[in-house]
Amino acid sequence: MDSIIEVKNVTMNFNLSKEKVDSIKEYIIKLLKRQLHFEKFVALDNVSFEINKGDVFGIVGLNGAGKSTILKVVSGILAPSEGSVSIKGSIAPLIELGAGFDMDLTARENVFLNGTVLGYSPDFLREKYDDIINFAELQNFQDVAVKNFSSGMVARLAFAIATVITPDILIVDEILSVGDYLFQEKCERRINDMMQSGTTVIIVSHSISQIERLCNRVMWLEKGHIKMIGKTQEVCDCYKNL
Amino acid sequence: MKNTISVFLKYRYLLYNLISRDIKVKYRRSILGIIWSILNPLLMMLVMTAVFSRVFKFNIPNFPVYYLSGSIIWGFFSESTSTSLSSVLGASSLIKKVYIPKYIFPLEKVFFSFVNLLFSIIALIFILIVTKTPVTFTILLFPIPLIYVFIFSLGISMFLAAATVYFRDIIHLYTVILTAWMYFTPIFYPVSILENWQWLLNFNPLYHYIAYFRDILMYNTVPSVATNLYCIGYALVSVVIGLAVFKKLQRNFILYL
Repeated sequence: MDSIIEVKNVTMNFNLSKEKVDSIKEYIIKLLKRQLHFEKFVALDNVSFEINKGDVFGIVGLNGAGKSTILKVVSGILAPSEGSVSIKGSIAPLIELGAGFDMDLTARENVFLNGTVLGYSPDFLREKYDDIINFAELQNFQDVAVKNFSSGMVARLAFAIATVITPDILIVDEILSVGDYLFQEKCERRINDMMQSGTTVIIVSHSISQIERLCNRVMWLEKGHIKMIGKTQEVCDCYKNL
Repeated sequence: MKNTISVFLKYRYLLYNLISRDIKVKYRRSILGIIWSILNPLLMMLVMTAVFSRVFKFNIPNFPVYYLSGSIIWGFFSESTSTSLSSVLGASSLIKKVYIPKYIFPLEKVFFSFVNLLFSIIALIFILIVTKTPVTFTILLFPIPLIYVFIFSLGISMFLAAATVYFRDIIHLYTVILTAWMYFTPIFYPVSILENWQWLLNFNPLYHYIAYFRDILMYNTVPSVATNLYCIGYALVSVVIGLAVFKKLQRNFILYL
């Protein structure tokens, strides 16, 4: 099997210094007093794994295990402190829905703004515009400013925009918990459709049943280390017996 | 390099959409809308003409054009750099959640200010006609100083946007710097006031860009090679330093946002 994502020896350090130095004066004073130490927080420690094409890869772990950090590293938002990540293909990151929305603009304008944030072309968006609005069920609210939307409506619109293409890699972070259960089912169906057509999916979720239902491989992270990686059933059984 | 270009091409629509977003948000709910972009410089010019040619009695021939040509260039520089300053900070929610080439944000602010500049040019043309200023073919050179000042402002903007992420003090400091810089630039007073300071004035890039603009607009002369070299030199130094600093600092932006 050819791997589509290769994460090699990735370490991610954050600066946790209690007083964040934000001004030149402070910086110089601290430099002179030799207080400019960085309290290092290691979010990921030498993590390596590969994901094959067509995998549905689940990541589980307790809060603060580094799940979201690894997703951000894979999608290129964070540059790893050490190590390397190689990706073959396009990525649609559903890390936080509606990140690129401007609340003052209407739904229609946001489709184009957020779509281009994700790197789609305007022609493509014009062609798919009706699909997006229909999927989000916002036919009557196309020209209403997004600030007047309910959070469920925002999430629906964001999900519809992000999944309008069939990417090579789809990254899903806890987003399936938004919206009512009907919309959740609809989202899950769409993700299933993508998996059928060969998209590689990475899912982070606290819902073990969701992971068991969707994934074929699972990685268990604990405090920045890989605790276990392998077949869904084995890993989930161990995780549940924690 | 090739990669950089293909990434830029992919995100050029985003650049375009961000600019149009800024324009929409700026004029949303104002009745005159985009007309303000033309009206504003005109009204400012009326005020300044009243103050400086009546009250202070500066003896500048054709003061309306003199002032407007200077203030358009200066206005572009100060608006683009001061909005770029906080552009990366302002986009932090986006930068933390999606991958976007980060130079898009200062670049977008500079382009947005440039659009405003083009609207001000309409006001300028209007004033040229009203004051019956004689123009010759030299006016056709007008894109050249605009390109110079665009590149210069872009460099400064990149530098400021990157540095501000690490040192927020720059936000407050830069307002003061801009004010001092404005008074040291002959926008509403004649260059002759600073006769004894000419050597120092040569170090003010904005002085050269404004002088260039006025030369082709009001004095119908083609600027000398030396002036051109000054203009190009400052623009190149600014953009090279700006890009280098931005490139070096952008990697860790996210940790400081």
